[in-house]
Amino acid sequence: MKIWVYIDHFKADAVSASWEAIGAAKALGGDVAAVVLGFGVENLANSAFEYGADEVLLGQDAALEDFRVENYATALSALASDATPDLLLFPTTSRGRELAGMVAMDLESGVLVDVVAMEMDGDKVLATRPIYAGKLLQKTVCNATPQIVTLRGRAFEKPEAESGRSGTLTQVQVTSGDEKSTVEGYAEAGGGVSLTDASVIVSGGRGTSNNPNLTAPDGMSEDEAEIWRAQQGFALIAELAETLGAAVGASRAAVDANYIPYANQVGQTGKVVSPDLYIANGISGAIQHLAGMRNSKVIVAINKDADAPIFKFARYGVVGDLHEIVPALNEAMKARLG
Amino acid sequence: MKIVVCIKEVPDSAATLVAEDGQASWGDAPLVINPWDEYAVEAALNQEGDVIALSIGGEDSKIALKHALAMGCKEAIQVSDDALSNMDTQATAKVLSAAIQKIGDVDMAFFGRQAIDGDAGLTPAQTARVLGWSALTLAVSIAVDGDTVKVERSIEEGRETVSAKLPAVFSLVKDYGEPRYPSFMGIRKASRAKIPAWDLAELGIEAPATTVEVVGIENPPKRDVRVEMIDGGSPAEIAEKLAERIMAEKIL
Ligand SMILES: Cc1cc2nc3c(=O)[nH]c(=O)nc-3n(C[C@H](O)[C@H](O)[C@H](O)COP(=O)(O)OP(=O)(O)OC[C@H]3O[C@@H](n4cnc5c(N)ncnc54)[C@H](O)[C@@H]3O)c2cc1C
Repeated sequence: MKIWVYIDHFKADAVSASWEAIGAAKALGGDVAAVVLGFGVENLANSAFEYGADEVLLGQDAALEDFRVENYATALSALASDATPDLLLFPTTSRGRELAGMVAMDLESGVLVDVVAMEMDGDKVLATRPIYAGKLLQKTVCNATPQIVTLRGRAFEKPEAESGRSGTLTQVQVTSGDEKSTVEGYAEAGGGVSLTDASVIVSGGRGTSNNPNLTAPDGMSEDEAEIWRAQQGFALIAELAETLGAAVGASRAAVDANYIPYANQVGQTGKVVSPDLYIANGISGAIQHLAGMRNSKVIVAINKDADAPIFKFARYGVVGDLHEIVPALNEAMKARLG
Repeated sequence: MKIVVCIKEVPDSAATLVAEDGQASWGDAPLVINPWDEYAVEAALNQEGDVIALSIGGEDSKIALKHALAMGCKEAIQVSDDALSNMDTQATAKVLSAAIQKIGDVDMAFFGRQAIDGDAGLTPAQTARVLGWSALTLAVSIAVDGDTVKVERSIEEGRETVSAKLPAVFSLVKDYGEPRYPSFMGIRKASRAKIPAWDLAELGIEAPATTVEVVGIENPPKRDVRVEMIDGGSPAEIAEKLAERIMAEKIL
């Protein structure tokens, strides 16, 4: 079986799920080639070898410097219709998902999207994907060639990079040719660990604003004072996150109340995450929030209300005020992690 | 210029789902317009021009179409054909493209970023591909100027500004702004609206082949978690116990 793994990157920085996809491809068996498209992305070819690719197809063109899905799809579809791989794997990022979708239209195939497990059934990949926000699992196959699959980040193990490992590097001609749209600029998100890559997430909900011991500065309206109090709560959460090397998450209630930007929202209409450790603070555990984090390995819940539904999904629970427990936990973890 | 918004109905996000005989069942939970599609309707209504809501499906698709009418869409069109019972996103994109072409003179087609039932999030980009239009997905803001449009997009790494020529396909993220509620007058108008149904013959196409086959639907394995409540003592004592437990999980 000939498997191609598309290496998704932002400005020549690869998304970690691309390397996970190489690992997943090798586990299926067959010849694994990584496809690296862009401009000034030679470094990614080397990394692809180190993560286990036997071959790298490197297509570089100034027209591919910015990712526009139309250009990339045209380039990738042309390569795939020439070389006829049996299976195309992509990481499920916003780029990978749409690129896979367009390539499927070009090649008259179909996409199995956001897959969390794969096995071979004859020459077909039998894929498992969560639907209804993970409330159910769908088993699905693609009855066309190439089979196209996008893999959910952190669902497949990232291989150990083997430094100095190399393979066959093939430079390929790329045709891009869609001039209908151009990227004019980027505003990169401020530092911190990204939610979808995070192995630890510390989250806050509406409970972050509930600290009667705090008096907001004079002259604030009721709403402003609530937001201000919540931001003090989120500051405690951010400190714990820093100690743990974690990303900061939030419930929709916290986002809707303007405590924290939407980029931090976890849940059905936010990000779906599956870290090793998820610490939920002042979050009740509504079904739409659970949809986004129920696959975390270990869930810790800190909530004032002993009957909060989140405790039904947690491994460890503390009934208490997050404004007291979170800073204490931060100290206790600092002492252990140095 | 005409504006189309492509929408569908889904079980309410609070519904409990179970797999029964390989099918998804949501009991008596209500069907509602897909929450992401409400943002699409909102963005469509904010453009200059008449907005037409479009949905593929049977009787239930009228739930979404009536909601869109109640929010302020001028017309609603249903594409309905027995040959469309088993569609994947690829087929959906082809049928929607044919309907958009039949409507004619469309400059902007809006979509929800994904439907909360199948969670695929492919249809906007795939429809754009069939139409040969730019896919301006995950938009935070949209500014039209003559036949060009500038869109700020939300991607994992932050925001990206893209300019493109119309016609184009759009999908929205939550940062775009909250969708409006249907007005009382809108609801009355929608309840009386006659919604035309087009079949494939009217679109001039055959049922597109599906390449993605669903083999089965299962309940996720039960998580065997029993919560251990950490209590007793001061916050510092509780935190000590909790920190011990977390360290013992060997994940840090
Ligand atoms: C279509 C749709 C999509 C949705 N998508 C999402 C989504 O993506 N993500 C999401 O999160 N929600 C989503 N929701 C909203 C969801 O239904 C809940 O409203 C939301 O998750 C509640 O957030 P919360 O837990 O922070 O607030 P609440 O439910 O108000 O819970 C606050 C919790 O904080 C506790 N608390 C209060 N004070 C303290 C304190 N001092 N210390 C400790 N605990 C305290 C309380 O006991 C309570 O349990 C969606 C809803 C709909 C209808």
